[in-house]
Amino acid sequence: MKKTLDEKVFGLICYIVMTIVALLCLVPFLLVVISSLTDEQEIIKRGFSLFPHKLSLAAYKFALKDPLIIIRAYGVTISVTVLGTLVALLAVSMTSYVLQRKDFAWRNKFSFYIYFTTLFNGGLVPYYIFMIRYLHMKNNLLALILPLMLNAFNIILMRSYLSSIPTALIEAARIDGAGDFQIYWKIILPLAKPALATIGLFIALGYWNDWYSCMLFIDNDKLFTLQYYLYRMVNGAEAMRTISTTAGGKIGSQTALPSEALKMALTVIVTGPILLLYPFVQRYFVSGLTVGAVKQ
Amino acid sequence: MLNGSTQKLTSNSQVAEIKSGKFMKELKKNKVLLIMLMPAVIYFFLFCYIPMGGVILAFKNYNYSAGIFGSPFVGISNFKYFFLSGKAFEVTKNTVLYNVAFIIVNTTLQVGMAILISEVSKKTFKKFAQSAMFLPYFISWVVVSVIAYNLLNAGNGAINSILSSIGISKINFYDKPGAWPFILVFASAWKSIGYGTVIYLAAITGIDTEIYEAAKIDGANIFQRIFKITIPCLKPTVVILTLLAIGGIFRGDFQMFYQLIGNDGVLYHATDVIDTFTFRSLIQSGEVGMSAAAGLYQSVFCFITIMVTNYLVKRYDSEQSLF
Repeated sequence: MKKTLDEKVFGLICYIVMTIVALLCLVPFLLVVISSLTDEQEIIKRGFSLFPHKLSLAAYKFALKDPLIIIRAYGVTISVTVLGTLVALLAVSMTSYVLQRKDFAWRNKFSFYIYFTTLFNGGLVPYYIFMIRYLHMKNNLLALILPLMLNAFNIILMRSYLSSIPTALIEAARIDGAGDFQIYWKIILPLAKPALATIGLFIALGYWNDWYSCMLFIDNDKLFTLQYYLYRMVNGAEAMRTISTTAGGKIGSQTALPSEALKMALTVIVTGPILLLYPFVQRYFVSGLTVGAVKQ
Repeated sequence: MLNGSTQKLTSNSQVAEIKSGKFMKELKKNKVLLIMLMPAVIYFFLFCYIPMGGVILAFKNYNYSAGIFGSPFVGISNFKYFFLSGKAFEVTKNTVLYNVAFIIVNTTLQVGMAILISEVSKKTFKKFAQSAMFLPYFISWVVVSVIAYNLLNAGNGAINSILSSIGISKINFYDKPGAWPFILVFASAWKSIGYGTVIYLAAITGIDTEIYEAAKIDGANIFQRIFKITIPCLKPTVVILTLLAIGGIFRGDFQMFYQLIGNDGVLYHATDVIDTFTFRSLIQSGEVGMSAAAGLYQSVFCFITIMVTNYLVKRYDSEQSLF
């Protein structure tokens, strides 16, 4: 069909507005990358800019002189993310499977028990004190895994997905002599793969970007997650000085430390690898969101 | 299930006997299912229900050695302290007003962008724009705070270097409370635009294309089609999502406020929300009782707003209500 004038005008508006919005979303990332490559003296004199006059790799050299801290933070974050996501998916799917079994008489009671946690919560203080004083979570790796593991929303989402699996399938398996757990493990789990993938991605993103639990419960720097490590480095001049001493610089010789460019370089080092994954997982996020929106 | 009339005929002890028999039967029949539920039941008990019981701390003077349950009761003095400090009103006002601004601005932008994307015919451009818009959703608030620092800091922020290059004097944003409502609304919009757009786009894709074709044949131009078809068709989704967002109006986005503002006391009166206030009172000043009181105050308001909005959702579209 030929485009009429109003459609042409509107099409132009679409392209212009969308280009602007897309640039607004992308340029800040570009700015951080370019800033990390800018000469420190230039940053001090002229400020951060998209078009620097003098480039320098000094910040990266500084940041990677003693890469052990960063590698360790990567290690913590990767293990927490992988372990947490796997266990969470198992727990979410198992719980959702039981709650959608229509022949399970108490499913509404248990659903309410889980659902109620989204309506009311005790707030930060009792949670914090209970975790520290009674569960001894201070400097415990479990403090990074457990808080993000289960929530009612993921269970509701998974349950509505599982309830689309025909009951006849479960009946047939039961007649063939399969037990409740076997039905879950051999039939439901394989069928739930698409939902597991999308919910898993959201859980994994939550773990990867988490700094809050680390701030609350961890003060041993060997257990810092990437995001919290970055937060500490960017916000503490003291932390900056630590890196300059471990990196062989002299205390007090602040001129040698490209601190502004270093903040940006650390951000790139911490975020870069995961952003490379972004193009591959982005469409799963989009499809996952859409499924959730339609299902809910 | 026993129906009402038989229940009346049997005596109480018989009812109890039948009930417990039924209970044991269910227990036996669903043994495996119940075992499978246990991890979640224990999890929510530990991490949600025990802290819920811990709200009694709001009425206690906490000391570490006595613990949550051993500490002495002090009545409502924690609440008095919280309200008389003048902080209660300020942080509540900030929390609610910021959330109202976020809801209005974000919904408008997301619906607008979804409509624009749906009208673009070039697939590659569509994909590029959508990927770009979704990128901010992908990063942590820590990285957002680095970006904000890069743009806004007084000495060498990118915005200030542009300002000074065109001869305008530099602005220290971290010293100007008045600028922050705009910065925070922008940051919230920036981070959530991709996410929300996807949801509204899904709703637009669900609209029957025949309606558009019929309208076109009747001579409706594209603007009329958008305002007379697309927007009315999106209304149910917008209403539901807005109501759900209003349910959380007393909950501040801690990660965002804490990362962007940090411990910059100059900005507190313009930017402090209940969540950041509670956190600071607990972690930095160690005012456990008052902080617990603020938390309970917030939880109660959250509970009430969720119940009210869910009632409204139910009346609007019973399929969409949460319970």
